[in-house]
Amino acid sequence: MADNKLHTGSSETSAPHIVNYSTYVLVWLALLAFTAATVAVAGINFGGITLLIALIIAAAKASLVLNIFMHIRFDDVVFKVFVGIAIMTLLAVFIFTFADYIFR
Amino acid sequence: MSKIPDAAVVNAALPSGRPDEEHLLEAHGHKDKMGSKIGMWLFLLTELLLFGGMFLIYGIYRYMNNEDFHTAGQGMNTIIGALNTVILLTSSLTVAMSITALQKGNKKLSLTLLGFTIFFAVWFLVNKYFEWSHEIRSGIYPKSPELLNRSQGEILFFGLYYVMTGIHGLHVIIGIVVLSFMVSFIARDRVTSTDYSKLENAGLYWHLVDIIWIFLFPLFYLLR
Repeated sequence: MADNKLHTGSSETSAPHIVNYSTYVLVWLALLAFTAATVAVAGINFGGITLLIALIIAAAKASLVLNIFMHIRFDDVVFKVFVGIAIMTLLAVFIFTFADYIFR
Repeated sequence: MSKIPDAAVVNAALPSGRPDEEHLLEAHGHKDKMGSKIGMWLFLLTELLLFGGMFLIYGIYRYMNNEDFHTAGQGMNTIIGALNTVILLTSSLTVAMSITALQKGNKKLSLTLLGFTIFFAVWFLVNKYFEWSHEIRSGIYPKSPELLNRSQGEILFFGLYYVMTGIHGLHVIIGIVVLSFMVSFIARDRVTSTDYSKLENAGLYWHLVDIIWIFLFPLFYLLR
């Protein structure tokens, strides 16, 4: 099937996924809300978990940008695997390095 | 699968029988799109390693100098940081919408939205300029006598601050150049509603710059 797509060639068969303006605006509003939330939360002292909360909000924002703005959600599975492996690799490097420093 | 039978088919289909480059390009249009996008993503993953390494250094140094980092973070201007976050998020919105506009065949709207994106990018840098010059005027810059009098952790914090936001700023400048090229490509119909891979890839680059800032902002501006 994929072969068929490649060989027919014309751009109609590859049917680009066009994301609506309204979807983008909604995502943008969510991103602004997250930004307001992270600034508001920073004013409250949650002790040790303050940084964790900020990072979770940042990760949520990044995943919105990645999935919608960068189209990963609508893309071929190969791109999802690409990004997934990259994030896992980076995460592994962080976990192993921190494990080294914390338990040495 | 190979290119040769494909070309033969295309050539045979042409009435004159001679190779026609445009037809060849069209026949392989889909493959090229896929290829250029994979190439772009590979490049973005190397960017992830570049910034990932710096975030790792930040993480370890902060773990080892937690109190100093908090002391240093008090002096940061949260308002400028938050404003720049909003500016970059909005610029990401406009570049994403400019791709939709072009896909729908609205060249003028696409160009306008790209113009807004570049405007926001420049605005971001102007804020950065005021922020940095304020800090430099108050004597805080790498190896400044004022900074060297402070604790090791504070020196590390500001070192990382200048390097990380500096390299990020460099990416914003490169982004402005790339987006300006896109404006010119669209204006001259080199990038069109059916052939917009370049614009898409430029957009991907710009969103990555946005994602990096999404993490820089809480780490440098929200330490209270």
